[in-house]
Amino acid sequence: MDKNTYLEHTEDFPHFSSRQECKEFGMTHEQLDVLQVNIGETCNLACKHCHLTAGPVRTETMSKEVMKACLEVFDKHGFKTLDITGGAPELNPHFEWLVEEATKRNIHTIVRTNLVILGEEKHRHIPEFYARKKVEIVASLPYYTEKDTDRQRGSGVFATSISALQILNDLGYGKSPDLILNLVYNPGGAFLPPGQSSLTVDFRNKLFDLYGISFNQLFTITNNPIGRFGDFLERTDNMKAYMSRLVSAFNPKAVENMMCRSQLSVGWDGTLYDCDFNLALGLPVDGILRIQDLRETSLEIRKIVFGNHCYACTAGAGSSCGGATA
Amino acid sequence: MKTYYNPEDLAKFGNMGEDAPEMWKKFMEYYGQVFAAGALTEKEKALIAFAVAHAVQCPYCIDSYTQTLLQMGVNQEQMIEAVHVAAAIRGGATLAHGMQAKNVIKNLEL
Repeated sequence: MDKNTYLEHTEDFPHFSSRQECKEFGMTHEQLDVLQVNIGETCNLACKHCHLTAGPVRTETMSKEVMKACLEVFDKHGFKTLDITGGAPELNPHFEWLVEEATKRNIHTIVRTNLVILGEEKHRHIPEFYARKKVEIVASLPYYTEKDTDRQRGSGVFATSISALQILNDLGYGKSPDLILNLVYNPGGAFLPPGQSSLTVDFRNKLFDLYGISFNQLFTITNNPIGRFGDFLERTDNMKAYMSRLVSAFNPKAVENMMCRSQLSVGWDGTLYDCDFNLALGLPVDGILRIQDLRETSLEIRKIVFGNHCYACTAGAGSSCGGATA
Repeated sequence: MKTYYNPEDLAKFGNMGEDAPEMWKKFMEYYGQVFAAGALTEKEKALIAFAVAHAVQCPYCIDSYTQTLLQMGVNQEQMIEAVHVAAAIRGGATLAHGMQAKNVIKNLEL
């Protein structure tokens, strides 16, 4: 059976696209802010919640030609932020070239790092490289304890992540105003995230008291019921209850601020998506399909491709790559 | 009836309002106010509720408040410490009542 059969064909709740708010706010803004570039699905980790099912066996990697097209499109269409993600973006052989080129153009550049990669021999120079280029870091740290973090991301991840955060702090990250270090929490199971502000207090106190670590903001992100997390929900017979939880918590106010309205997401081969979740599902945009083809044309307002997985972005306080939205 | 406790009944809790709607309404208003942030945070109140749920051994409350606490960012280690608080008070209360037995014995023995 197709694993998305329940998600897309259930009649237990109204399809996301049929919601009144989704019809009202189902188009992108005229001016987009974020160009999110997924430069490869190879990762040194294989986290249990990963919507992309990224891992060491994945080989999809963005070429320098596609990266060049991303930079051209960024300039031409007046994007404000380049958001580099993966997999582990540091594993792409052209990663440092892309960051160099972006920062040379004074582009506000975010890199989403899993931290653990920064402890590997071949990548130990990266923290200093980030600091030199004033890259904004968004780092995954699902909890402030070893047991909970390692259960989700793998044995030894917490200790290595703490060391990497201490190195980043020593370089000025999370302390100096131009070296931004944001952390990402996502739930360690089939439940919604806590309030972002209350959890930030817990993270700040625990990480500072126990490890002397400082950071700027904590983003709480809801697990999307697809990819490896979707497999977990199916395997443990939790999909129906989890979707019920997301749908019950549907917050109409979160729809207006959904990240897909102000961003464009680029896959490793240049295919365009509304967001990284649609990328994971192979649901391209309703419009021009390749970044290379946007170099010469204008960027039209487009209809967002919604699915029931979008309920994860509108539950409770809302969820996006930048945390809560409502 | 095949079982005294049925997990599906948790979602039907609201049906208790069918026969005494006014009292139900007052109870729900009271319940909502009790768990709203006040001198204690919502998380502190939920942890107390979770511990009490174990002390009164209500499977519905245990299920419900375990999920509530997970959603509040409380982990298993913290929850089990709360269960120990409930266990300590139950155990302590049992031992404290031993004083009654001792008093009876003291009154009757030579």
